[in-house]
Amino acid sequence: MLRIRNLKCYYGRIIAVKGVSISVRKGELISLIGANGSGKSTLLNAICGLLPTWEGEIIFEEISLRGLSPPAIVKRGISLVPEGRLIFPPLSVMDNLKIGAYTMYRRKLHKNVLEDLEMVMTLFPVLKDRADQPAGTLSGGEQQMVAIGRALMARPRLLILDEPSMGLAPLLVEKILKTLAVLRDEGLTILLVEQNAQAALKIADRGYVLETGKIVLQGTASELLTDDEVKRAYLGKDYGDFYEGRI
Amino acid sequence: MQEALQYVFSGITNGAIYAAIAVGFSLLYNSTELINFAHGEFVMLGALILVTLWNIFKLPLPLAFFITVFTVSGMGLLFERLAIRTVSKPHPIVLVIITVGASIFFRGIGMLLWGKDSYSVPSFSDHAPITIFGASLLPQSLWILVIVGISVCALHFFFKKTLTGKAMQACAINKRAARLSGIHSEKMVLLAFFLSTGMGAVAGIIIAPITMCSYNMGTMLGLKGFCAAMLGGLGSLWGSLIGGFLLGIVEALGVGFFSSSLKDAIAFLLLLLILYMRPGGIMRVKEVKRF
Repeated sequence: MLRIRNLKCYYGRIIAVKGVSISVRKGELISLIGANGSGKSTLLNAICGLLPTWEGEIIFEEISLRGLSPPAIVKRGISLVPEGRLIFPPLSVMDNLKIGAYTMYRRKLHKNVLEDLEMVMTLFPVLKDRADQPAGTLSGGEQQMVAIGRALMARPRLLILDEPSMGLAPLLVEKILKTLAVLRDEGLTILLVEQNAQAALKIADRGYVLETGKIVLQGTASELLTDDEVKRAYLGKDYGDFYEGRI
Repeated sequence: MQEALQYVFSGITNGAIYAAIAVGFSLLYNSTELINFAHGEFVMLGALILVTLWNIFKLPLPLAFFITVFTVSGMGLLFERLAIRTVSKPHPIVLVIITVGASIFFRGIGMLLWGKDSYSVPSFSDHAPITIFGASLLPQSLWILVIVGISVCALHFFFKKTLTGKAMQACAINKRAARLSGIHSEKMVLLAFFLSTGMGAVAGIIIAPITMCSYNMGTMLGLKGFCAAMLGGLGSLWGSLIGGFLLGIVEALGVGFFSSSLKDAIAFLLLLLILYMRPGGIMRVKEVKRF
């Protein structure tokens, strides 16, 4: 579904992504893990059209995304839940969700929007009670739900999430990741970018590890979870005990 | 009492015009964070194009009104496309200087097309003035209040009830997030210019019957509108309205009770006061923010 080949991204003279190749197949949940500054967000910016110049190839459903603007990419079926949520705080929860469906409205698919609103409210029932509340007054977890809901309203075929667990309590992180697993089970393809490697790999099918702009490891989620290098660098030395229920 | 009321009526009339101009400033600032110092020239163009269409080409007033608004808005779009969009590094200072340059350019165009003469148009209707407690209210004042009221309510409806209005707000709040939601921010900026310059044209049209219209009428009106927008809270629709009326009334009372030579000084004195005491304006835009 998404094929990235030898992607190189630059900020002026600084190279942030150094020849990354990844692939995401239809219906998969892929986790991309890496520390701060490893190039994760740059990679996502390139996919979503926020980084206008890059080298290499980004192919989505057999069409190159080169030169496409973010709105054009949303229209093609890729939605990003950005780092830090970036909701519209003064607007109501309902307005935030409707803005997510902007491309659907423009294509006169009003009936689909109503169905999608229903689906988002079922997925995150708390948003139903807060539909008329300014989104900025919601808790961090609820704001993340609004951000995910807003991205889903565009009916993406590929949902990309940039650090959805950032700043959230562990219980909320678990809830959000469970929701992502449900969406994957319903057939949505997901690319999840996370620093929280343990949580991300737990629900993923496959994963990639990005370090200083390069993919240093890749494999199935269970392979990565048991990989010594990943354990040492991202999961902590006691992770094995935790994972096996000894802690 | 009668005298004071007369000043208040005069202040409300001028205030409505300042409010219409201030709304134009706020609309654009809200969507682009740009202060368009050429805005007053769009007011001038509105007045002079109406003079031409209504007085010279003898078009019916409603038709002349709409053609004027759309012509001036079209010029606003061209201004954005040719002068603002083409800037390779759109630093705010660069953009402000461009608008100052554009102001001089439009004034020059106005002088070339209409010369240095002043023009006037009759009132929109020839009813007799209404007398309230001995003070008279001109029918044109009522026209001004009604047209400004309808325009502001229409804008309020647009921002609160339509998807495009909300998309414009989303762009103003966070352009990156709006683009990631599928909104073309460039189109929203164009729309902001269209609406803002359209409001300028409306102000020019309604002021035409109560003033002498000439190529250099826009500069002072633009500055007064800017003061009104700052007074109410730049970026706030209702703040601009409040700022406009407040400025109009204070100015009229100042002129009436003190001296007419203070007329322009009052606006800038109020601007300084608000900048020192409440930089966010009456509506404290920094907190309540946006429309």
